[in-house]
Formats: sequence, C-alpha cells, structure tokens
Amino acid sequence: MASLKDLRNRIASVKATQKITKAMQMVAAAKLRRAQEAAEAARPYAQRMGTVLANVASTVSGSDAPPLMTGTGKDDTHLLVVATAERGLCGGFNSQIARHARDHVRKLLSEGKTVKILCVGKKGYDILRREYGQHIIDRVDLREVKRIGFANADEIAKKIIGLFENGQFDVCTLFYSEFKSVISQIPTALQVIPAQAPADGAVENQDSDAAYEYEPDAASILADLIPRNISVQVFRALLENAAGEMGAKMTAMDNATRNAGEMIDKLSITYNRQRQAQITKELIEIISGAEAL
Amino acid sequence: MAQSFKFELVSPERLLVSEEVVQVVIPGTEGEMTVMANHAPTMTGIKPGVITVSSAADKQDRYVVFGGFADILPEGCTLLAESAVHVDDIDREDLARRIQEAREDVDDAKDDVTRTKAEEFLSQLTTLEGAILPA
Repeated sequence: MASLKDLRNRIASVKATQKITKAMQMVAAAKLRRAQEAAEAARPYAQRMGTVLANVASTVSGSDAPPLMTGTGKDDTHLLVVATAERGLCGGFNSQIARHARDHVRKLLSEGKTVKILCVGKKGYDILRREYGQHIIDRVDLREVKRIGFANADEIAKKIIGLFENGQFDVCTLFYSEFKSVISQIPTALQVIPAQAPADGAVENQDSDAAYEYEPDAASILADLIPRNISVQVFRALLENAAGEMGAKMTAMDNATRNAGEMIDKLSITYNRQRQAQITKELIEIISGAEAL
Repeated sequence: MAQSFKFELVSPERLLVSEEVVQVVIPGTEGEMTVMANHAPTMTGIKPGVITVSSAADKQDRYVVFGGFADILPEGCTLLAESAVHVDDIDREDLARRIQEAREDVDDAKDDVTRTKAEEFLSQLTTLEGAILPA
C-alpha cells in the first residue's frame, strides 16, 4: 500500500500532466481552425482545376493524351505516397493511414507486383520502416515547415513526376487522411497516375463548350495542366492531413485530460480514505493507551 | 459604360479576386490579351507577368502572376495562377530568388529543349522584374 506521501506526489504529477494535455488540446484547437481555413481557401482552386481539366481532357483524344494521363499501359510497379503527420500524440491518426497503406502493400505484394513507397512525414516512415523498410525509396520531411504552402506540394509532385518519367513506376497512389470532421478522419487512397479523368464533369461540359479556342493547342495545355493537377492533389492531401492531425490531436488530448481528471478523483478518494484510517488508528491508540492506565 | 463580367483570380492557397470587372489584361503565352465581356471561349496558358484588372468603378488593380491558366468564357473569366500577389505586396527578395533559380535551371539544362524553355522563363522573369520594380 502506497504511503500518504507517495499518493500526494502521484496526485501532483497527474495534475501536472493534466495541465499539459489541456494546454495541448487548446493549442490543437487553435491550429485546427487555421488548418481548416487553409483547407477551405484552397478549395476553389482545386474545384476550378477540376472543371478546366475535365473540359480539356474531353477534347483531347486517347492517343494525344500525355502519358501521365494514360499511364504506361502496365501496372507492375506501384508507387505508394504515404502522407502522415510529423508528430505523434494524435490518437490513431498516423497508424490509421499507415495501416491503410500496409493493407494495400500486402495486397499488391501477394499479387506479385513491385511496390515502392515514398513517405511524406516522419511518423508514417517510422511505422512502415519496420515492416517494409526495403520498399521505401525516399522520404520527404516537412518537419521544418510551419505552414504548408503550395511550394511544398509542388516539390513532392515534381519528385513523383520525375520518378515516373524515369520509368520507375507505373501506378501512383496517394495515401492520406480525409478530413470529415473534428472527430472523424478517413484514411483514403487516391490514384494520381494514371490520372483518372473526372468523368461526370466531362460529360456535362462537352456540348456547351464545343467551340473552345486553345492557345497554344489543347494537347500542350493538357500536358502542362496534368502535372499541375498532381501538385494540387498533393497539396489538398497535405492540407487535409494537417487539419485531420489537429482534429485527432484535439480529441486525443481531450480524452487524456478527462482520463487524468478521473485518475485524480480516484487517487484523491484513496488518499482521503488512508488519511482517515490513519487518524482513526491514532485515536484508537490514544484511547486504548488511556484505558490501560 | 462597358459591360462587366465575372473575373476570378485563384491561386492554390486562396481566392484572390472574385468580382465584376470591365476588362482584364492577361499575359498569355502567345502574347498579351485583353479580355472583355462576351469574349469567345478561350483557354490559354499564362507566362509570368502582370495582369491588370479594371473594375467597373474606373479602378485599376494590378497583380503579379507566375504562370498558370486562364479559362475564358463569354460570361466570365477564371484565372488559375500558380502563384499570384498584388503588385503592392510583391516581395523583391522572392522575385530575386525565383530569378536565381531560373538561372540555375538554365545552367543545369541537359538538352537544348529544356535549355530553351529555361531561358525563355528566365527572360520572362527579368522582363517582369523590370516592369514592376522602378529602377
């Protein structure tokens, strides 16, 4: 049985922990708001990019389309871009993405395909390294980045496109966590190369924009547009991740604060009970001592 | 009064402009073009340069863009810029850094096609620098 002093110390330490988790929760809440704003501000660009791409893609016929869109015609080598957070203490956020990617790797390997992994973010790298270390070809560290800008995404996209042009892979899939709400982030896999033409948008626009003029021609605009679209998708994934990470961290820290509170209550009860027991014991000793006289 | 149309300038980070304007001058890859209401549907690439937006109230705004696309329709114009800033907010250091990078690209170019492209980009950037920064 722990002594009174031990109990007192434990209560003090749990209280200190609770203060830290509480502070982290508040920081996460503030950062979440900013991350959400950034994600929302980026939405118009992604949307318009989608419509423009659909417009152009519908006018360029199959053989003229750039390889980034049609792919290499094979699907032997897969590149998985796994985007996770740089920091932990955010519940199951990172492991959820990693697990989703891992299931995918396992499936591809059992089908006899070659798998290459590009890790964005430290945590995903740490998790995947254990099992699939030999498949990881590169990692991107965003630890120093305070605020994710389009330039960061562009760099990653350039890396991916460079690998593709060197014939390093046939299919590229992006893993990230879609931000649904503060309490729900859904690990998502998105195929980036070959690009999936936004089918429904194309059909809608086909007849209305029949007389589009292109400067220069449609094929070269498309060739320029698709790499940019990859950057946009990576950017979106990074922003969703940032918002999701903060959401997950907020929930995790809220839980931790609550757990600490429960623990303090329990410890306080034990502490008081022991204190009373000790008082009672001392009283008995005094009384029985007096009786003995 | 000339007819107005909807103009939107979006960069990946945010929506910069979304308003009714009378005319917009865009630095297209094939030359500068002025867009007014009821323009024929056109899709054009954009080179680094200055876009001039004239809104209905005889007010002019200038923005610096670094490449992108313009999607022009009779009832509106959407400009997807790779990066865009208001001309008053332009950061000289940032521009200098971009020029420096473009120079390195020229030096690093392995074949003629990429070299020509890089040189073209560099000259566009230096022209832009001359245009917006008073010497």
